[in-house]
Amino acid sequence: MINIYEVNETNKMIEQENLDVRTITLGISLLDCADGNLDAVNEKIYRKITSLAKNLVATGEEISRDYGIPIVNKRISVTPIALVGAAACRTPEDFVTIAKTLDRAAKEVGVNFIGGYSALVNKGMTTADRNLMLSIPQALAETERVCSSVNVGSTKTGLDMDAIRLMGEIVKKTAEATKEKDSLGCAKLVVFCNAPDDNPFMAGAFHGVTEADAIINVGVSGPGVVKTALEQARGENFEVLCETIKKIAFKITRVGQLVAQEASRRLGVPFGIIDLSLAPTPAIGDSVAEILEEIGLERVGAPGTTAALAMLNDQVKKGGIMASSYVGGLSGAFIPVSEDQGMIDAVAAGALTLEKLEAMTCVCSVGLDMIAIPGDTPDTTIAGIIADEAAIGMINQKTTAVRIIPVIGKTVGDTVEFGGLLGYAPVMPVNPYSCADFVTRGGRIPAPIHSFKN
Amino acid sequence: MNKVIITVVGKDTVGIIGKVCTYLAENQVNILDISQTIVQGFFNMMMIVDMENAAASFEAVASGLDEIGQEIGVSIKCQREEIFTKMHRI
Repeated sequence: MINIYEVNETNKMIEQENLDVRTITLGISLLDCADGNLDAVNEKIYRKITSLAKNLVATGEEISRDYGIPIVNKRISVTPIALVGAAACRTPEDFVTIAKTLDRAAKEVGVNFIGGYSALVNKGMTTADRNLMLSIPQALAETERVCSSVNVGSTKTGLDMDAIRLMGEIVKKTAEATKEKDSLGCAKLVVFCNAPDDNPFMAGAFHGVTEADAIINVGVSGPGVVKTALEQARGENFEVLCETIKKIAFKITRVGQLVAQEASRRLGVPFGIIDLSLAPTPAIGDSVAEILEEIGLERVGAPGTTAALAMLNDQVKKGGIMASSYVGGLSGAFIPVSEDQGMIDAVAAGALTLEKLEAMTCVCSVGLDMIAIPGDTPDTTIAGIIADEAAIGMINQKTTAVRIIPVIGKTVGDTVEFGGLLGYAPVMPVNPYSCADFVTRGGRIPAPIHSFKN
Repeated sequence: MNKVIITVVGKDTVGIIGKVCTYLAENQVNILDISQTIVQGFFNMMMIVDMENAAASFEAVASGLDEIGQEIGVSIKCQREEIFTKMHRI
């Protein structure tokens, strides 16, 4: 039988160390909502989402109350809209009507974000894909809860440099379209390489075409719990350190598995995956950067950061994988700058640069995340940053992403406030030299060779 | 069996266990196990109870206990057992 020490340990994690289930995400296929008539598509989408997700928020709250564990977000991901709207949407404005329908459905069922305003253009863009991408700035400016993502490359197909160049422009235009709110639109836009079909985390969540009609995916969290556990392992060798991380990751993930199974049972929707991620929030003590500092770095960004992060990420997976029957999504430590107080402090202290963050993304999920850069950064430079990150993903067979915010009207030294879970960020300097001639060549970077790895 | 863990944490005072047990008995909740410690001067109790034949719903009992907690100045939490067994047992 469970004893008082075990009960106290669990409750201490919840009450003092910010243990929570970060998100229950209901993935919904909208493939059966396709229609040649735009009004009909919008109507079918609204009806399907509001009927399948009507109990999502209430069920999440019920589970939270039964087990005494906070479930921070309840969210929805849908089939990439470029596919669903392809037959009906002739112009970017047509796609915006679907974005507004998604926003309306999200508000009706009470979820704070809905993901899947997306296009998958790893190898090439259809007319619909291009129209959706062109509609992103307006769609994100005129909706509140819609999140957008575009997959521009993969290990199997190489990189679609035309799409990458276009996304450089789209990121910039989204920043312009939302400049009154510190270019907040860009916080809801992710550019991926090797995007997973079952990611529960926003802003990059979408419901892949290989998925079932509806599915429950759960993202766990708990950087604060890992940090507290590591305080007990100060000065110990790597063996002890790794064991400590694995044990705690196992415990955290078991909670996620329980919540996922319960949500699946109560909603009558199959369980998909657990995403084993350390997702920080701006709250004190809920920081991945603080874990790295606890491991022995004076500041994140110091030499050794990449190695420490690689070790942390791998141990979290090793501990978590046995705790869950199905693992998927992004699964790893997130390193968003604005959402992690330790990262913000490291940037402010001059310890952490864009280049070091890029190196860190080679060993962890997911990419350059929530990074504010000067608003006058050229769109070709943004495309270059996306290309670099996508190349890391392509060559290393991993997911990488860019969620970068060129804050219109702000420059290095300024601070941007996004609010809530999105936090705040110091504007970071970008290498001033141009890559325009490179990104405007046109065409694709071919798929990489899968042998002779060095 | 419908096992629920009740934890009581707060400043030690007379009659905490009595009040909680009376409330549980009134609601037909069967107590299976009680353990208690004092941590840094704070009263810390855990009960394992069975709510299989309870006269009220889980939510009603949980909020009833919460009210009692507020009356006597301690925190009373009610959680289904699985969160602990899942975390601490393979």
